[in-house]
Amino acid sequence: MAYGFILDDHSSFSTWRPLARQCFLANRTPEEIEWRCASAETTLFDAPLVAPTPKTGAKPPVLRSNCLALLRSILRHADQTRFALAYRILWRAQTEPALASIATDPDIARALNMHKQVRQDTHKMTAYVRFREHGATQDGRRSFYAWFEPDHYILPNVAPFFSKRFVDMDWVILTPKGSLAWNGETCAFSPTPCAKPKLSDDIDQLWQTYYVSTFNPARIKTKAMLSEMPRKYWKNLPETQLIPHMLANAPARVAAMAAQQPRPAPAFHHKLQQRRASVDHRAPPSHQHQHQHQHQHQHQHQHQHLTPHPHADQEQAYAQDRHPESEF
Amino acid sequence: MHRLAQEHIMNTMKQSLSDRLALLSDAAKYDASCSSSGAGKRDSAATKGLGSVSNGICHAFTPDGRCISLLKILLTNFCIYDCAYCINRSSSNVARARFTPEEVIWLTLEFYRRNYIEGLFLSSGIIRSSDDTMSQMVRVARELRQTHKFRGYIHLKTIPNASPALLAEAGLYADRLSINVEMPTERGLADYAPQKHASEIRHSMGEMRTHIDAAKDRTLAGRKAPRFAPGGQSTQMIVGADQASDRDILSSSSSLYTGYKLRRVYYSAFSPIPDASAILPIRPPPLLREHRLYQADWLFRFYGFQFSEITASRPDGMLDLELDPKLAWALANRAVFPIDLNRAPKEMLLRVPGLGVRSVQAIIAARRHRQLRLEDLAKLKVSLRKVKPFLYATGWSPGRLADQQNIRQLFVPHPQQLALF
Repeated sequence: MAYGFILDDHSSFSTWRPLARQCFLANRTPEEIEWRCASAETTLFDAPLVAPTPKTGAKPPVLRSNCLALLRSILRHADQTRFALAYRILWRAQTEPALASIATDPDIARALNMHKQVRQDTHKMTAYVRFREHGATQDGRRSFYAWFEPDHYILPNVAPFFSKRFVDMDWVILTPKGSLAWNGETCAFSPTPCAKPKLSDDIDQLWQTYYVSTFNPARIKTKAMLSEMPRKYWKNLPETQLIPHMLANAPARVAAMAAQQPRPAPAFHHKLQQRRASVDHRAPPSHQHQHQHQHQHQHQHQHQHLTPHPHADQEQAYAQDRHPESEF
Repeated sequence: MHRLAQEHIMNTMKQSLSDRLALLSDAAKYDASCSSSGAGKRDSAATKGLGSVSNGICHAFTPDGRCISLLKILLTNFCIYDCAYCINRSSSNVARARFTPEEVIWLTLEFYRRNYIEGLFLSSGIIRSSDDTMSQMVRVARELRQTHKFRGYIHLKTIPNASPALLAEAGLYADRLSINVEMPTERGLADYAPQKHASEIRHSMGEMRTHIDAAKDRTLAGRKAPRFAPGGQSTQMIVGADQASDRDILSSSSSLYTGYKLRRVYYSAFSPIPDASAILPIRPPPLLREHRLYQADWLFRFYGFQFSEITASRPDGMLDLELDPKLAWALANRAVFPIDLNRAPKEMLLRVPGLGVRSVQAIIAARRHRQLRLEDLAKLKVSLRKVKPFLYATGWSPGRLADQQNIRQLFVPHPQQLALF
């Protein structure tokens, strides 16, 4: 016989807390308690688990707020040893109250690392969920679906973000670790695992157009891209399938830019120059002006409707001749 | 409207929305700014509309390593200015296009609903006059906020010389405003952007600073001043198109941060563009130069360094491409080190190569309770190899390591073959 509990995979801090209290009030050390996940493989040799009985009059555990926040966070982690680690930190913090502030402690270093992973997963979910439109609801609100695969049990963490941002539309986020659904009033969380749905949206094409066009082929930094957008996210993003093509085309695009000879300016440019010159009452201008005019241009706020800078050439003279180079 | 502009625009209106999106995002991509942070927190819980703002989220990354946080587009790439470095200058032969304000609003909202973006970064070529261009941009922002109850992020590029009334209205709706100084020196600007003027850009920045400061104040009656761009203003400098050294660039940044209280200065390595002007250099600067400038900028904003310190030891005013600027500074100021991990003040820990802001915070919290050893830093994911010549700790003294003449050799990266991706 051993002391301990069997917990569902998605068990969070609120499920774990009363159990941990029970163990603590029974004065059971971290070594005496086994925290087993329901999905973990059990063997014939695994002893049945019994809950320890609290002792009457035992003093309840006390935790500092930063320690409580740390435990709350790591219990969203998918690591099956998280419950045991949390109980050990709870136990130790009774004699070392500042424990959570000591980032160099092995238990805390591990917890902080898990906390970081949970936070990152949460952040990436807010970044990489893609809603696809799926008709309208009966009351005319637009309706959207998304599929996402988080690493950890973070749906309750991200629910406030999505419900306060996408308020005027209905949406459902399906994941293998449960789902979130918003109807304009409430956000419902279900821990039931979902299967990947077939989703499509015509607007994805415009987004792909944007993604390709905003890419600069003359600067390739795939390492920077991969460190922020690891490949595990690619399969659910509408834009990433274009990356191999974009990279393959980049060298040719850069070579074409380098090989391109300067071309004569379009007719529009020349007309513009002429117009500028006629406002100036000056001889026909060319692109390369001689700086003949030396009179100083007074800085004014002029709102010329035709050309904002009728004194372009004079201003150039001002900038180059009267004023030595200076720090901006 | 300017008759020529009108003709030109009529010719371009035949393009599909997708074609124009391709042109007008391609034309906007040379502006590096994409941040969607710094505007505080807000959401749509009470207004029942769409959108929220918090710390800024990057929704995608392109293979150039840049993030996509905002829909970054131009209202039009048609421009009467002729700035040599710009893909949209009037003398360039690139295809021209234009969005209507309604199209920009539609794209922003539809992209936002699908969680592609945090909001809109709208800029524009100058088509008739500064005021006309600016008022169209302000209209987009106004309708997003008022008609569509959009509470996502809006960044508007300020058009030089736009009227104060338009600027005030822009600040009412936008989270951030920006105007690009483009070149680190006045001379550079005069050479490359004949129609732009350093004095006017500075004047606009000064105006924005006054507005931004005023918006944080209260009136004598205790009322709040009208909202004005709570995310502050930012700007961009092009690196490597002219002869300016890193020292010139950083001293320019210094006055921008202190004199105009800018939130961000972006450094954009000059990048080859289609149909480039003949006066531009043929070769772009190494991307590493841009990276080093950002590192120096980071040292100024978060590590308590002055820009002048960072470049002081560099005879040619250029940052060391082989070593990051913090390490280069430490090697040039060896007399300061080693320092005591358990006793040194925070400002000094921040100057140790290999220690970041987070690890310094963790060290300061932990050392109140325990004596720290060098190995403890490994738990904070700090590279021991990098920090050990600069620190004393319980059980550790760098000894001769700190005095070695060839300490630089410990850090200079070994030559390696270029990666093929």
